[in-house]
Amino acid sequence: MNKPLSEPIPASTEEAQVRWSAEYAAQIGAGKVVRNRSGIEVKPLYTPLDVDSSRFLADVGFPGQAPYTRGIYPTMHRGRTWTQRQLIGLGTPAAYNERLLDILAQGATAVSLIPCNSVFRGYDMDEVDAELLGTCGVVCNSADHMTTCLDGVDLATTSCAMNDPSPFTLLAFMLATAKRRGVDWRALTGTSNQSDYLSHFVANHMFFRLALAGARRVLTDHIAWCGEHLPRWNPLSIVGQHMQQAGATPAEAMAFTLSSAIQYADDCVAAGLSPDSFLPRFTFFFDISLSFFEEVAKFRAGRRIWARLARERYGAQDPRSSRFKFHAQTSGVDLTRQQPLNNIARVTAQAIAGIFGGLQSLHTDAYDEALSCPTQFGARIAVATQNILREEARLTDVIDPLGGSYYVEALTDEMEKRVLEVMADVERAGGMYRAVESGFVQRRIGESARAFQERVDSGEQTVVGVNAYQVEEDAAARPALAKPDVADMDAHRAAFAAWKAARSERLVANALDDLARAAQAPRDNVFAQVVAAADAGCTHGEICGTLRRELGFGNPLIVL
Amino acid sequence: MFRPKVLITKIGLDGHDRGSRIVAAHLRDAGMEVVYTPPWQKIETVVKLAVEEDVDVVGVSSLATDHLIVPKLMDALRAAGMADVAVIIGGIVPDEDEKELLDAGVARVFHPGAALDDIAAFVTEATARVRAARFPAISP
Repeated sequence: MNKPLSEPIPASTEEAQVRWSAEYAAQIGAGKVVRNRSGIEVKPLYTPLDVDSSRFLADVGFPGQAPYTRGIYPTMHRGRTWTQRQLIGLGTPAAYNERLLDILAQGATAVSLIPCNSVFRGYDMDEVDAELLGTCGVVCNSADHMTTCLDGVDLATTSCAMNDPSPFTLLAFMLATAKRRGVDWRALTGTSNQSDYLSHFVANHMFFRLALAGARRVLTDHIAWCGEHLPRWNPLSIVGQHMQQAGATPAEAMAFTLSSAIQYADDCVAAGLSPDSFLPRFTFFFDISLSFFEEVAKFRAGRRIWARLARERYGAQDPRSSRFKFHAQTSGVDLTRQQPLNNIARVTAQAIAGIFGGLQSLHTDAYDEALSCPTQFGARIAVATQNILREEARLTDVIDPLGGSYYVEALTDEMEKRVLEVMADVERAGGMYRAVESGFVQRRIGESARAFQERVDSGEQTVVGVNAYQVEEDAAARPALAKPDVADMDAHRAAFAAWKAARSERLVANALDDLARAAQAPRDNVFAQVVAAADAGCTHGEICGTLRRELGFGNPLIVL
Repeated sequence: MFRPKVLITKIGLDGHDRGSRIVAAHLRDAGMEVVYTPPWQKIETVVKLAVEEDVDVVGVSSLATDHLIVPKLMDALRAAGMADVAVIIGGIVPDEDEKELLDAGVARVFHPGAALDDIAAFVTEATARVRAARFPAISP
């Protein structure tokens, strides 16, 4: 039955490796050194000689078990697939609500609210240039606005992510909405998505302009308050995405994120909280670039490092403290304006990397993101991409399907090593808070951003349609843009002015006084007063303005 | 050889500054004099800086629709006697908005994917034009 092979099978792996190396070198010589975005050299072939199989249980193991390399739950996507959470940022609360109900009907399973940049600056709509209102997010300034945004959404069963920097006014508005509807706060699930103030000072600068020290105080208060009142809410999302979008390599982004997590956890411990009370509610948010295997390895390495940190640094006993829960978003920086439909292919590859990386929640970018805020057409394709990957391509059938790949295991080890090196640099710089204050982190990110741009400009890194495979394009074929309806926005502004004039000034003034007093009393919880102020009818701008006065105005720490 | 003087800034509400930082650092390393501001500058501040620093080129970075207030910036520059300064924009600018911006006097819009060297070359050319207009007597 078995015919003798014309060529004998090598006697050992080592012998086979030697022979292959010689044959490979004979054909293409030493070849060019290939490095991934994190600077790790990638070999042309990986074999059993690249992995230490005796370390299987210690380094790889099983899903849902330490060190969690293969996933944080025993069932992973086989049990519950990831949450489909699409960002929507659109005009007025009513327009936002309409788009939200549409994407929920298309298969999205959770809410994500991104406010207008006026909100992100910490201002109300009557404090900024009117032509910019609602062009990139929903203009939500009050509890009433939030109630409209979430009309028809069951808050007790739908996870809501609020893109909500310190002092977390959007969550406070949502709590007021829940109270009006009689929804028990203890049932609310979701995440305070932009709570990682360090990342704002370093990278995208989308924060409500509280000073660094003030943001630090409010975050710790917020974590403590949520721990007590919102047991199912994640008060902290530590964001590598901002740093990677700003130019950090995948390894640097993971390292800075974990170093930030250490900073926040240390601050909570210093405030007297026990690690097992807050670590289970720490969540992470990452970018997924097009460097496919590097991203998979980044996530696997991150899970392993976090699990070890939770146990070794914080003495966590609750297994939930060791679980590295993360949301991920496909990278907008990798998308191109040229031949924009190509972005659907890019987003697909990025999404697969994230899924194989074991994410809990995914946002796929719309293909038209490099052209404008996404159109409804683009947003639907982004949701459909996830549905296709899950139910047609069946990526969820097997847990950690790349686990055991010689390459992926070796790369996971290499990424871990690189991440730990950068974390050690941060530690030497005095920890993340100090490293951000001193500009260390910003300098590293700036250097990496430029190095990447230079690789693109030199053609070393191909970007299809930009520095290779360009085609003449018909600009008319580009998608029509969704612009906020000017009349709607004018009406929204008029209604806001009328509502403000009709409020009880006494209630508002009292609530803001209480807030200011809490800010000056280190033992008081500032976030508790933000919640009370939102319920009393205070606006976003009033709450942020009060805290900026009391705790200082924040300028980003930019290093060129 | 002349040395272009460039103001790189962001106006409006968005804080994403990867683009403005990369462009500023590249122009600086190409030998230009670069005045850099953090995001969220008021239009008056940009005009004041442009006048005080006597720049040849103002580069405005826009990721999230802040380009919509660039026509206001153009008016303010003209009112301050800086009609000759070359204003360039880099970032996410839809085609239909680009036409309006060029009509408003913007010299050039660079989209995602623009090469840093192309931006630098344009700044050099624009500076030559600006200086020829400002100092006609001494230009060749």
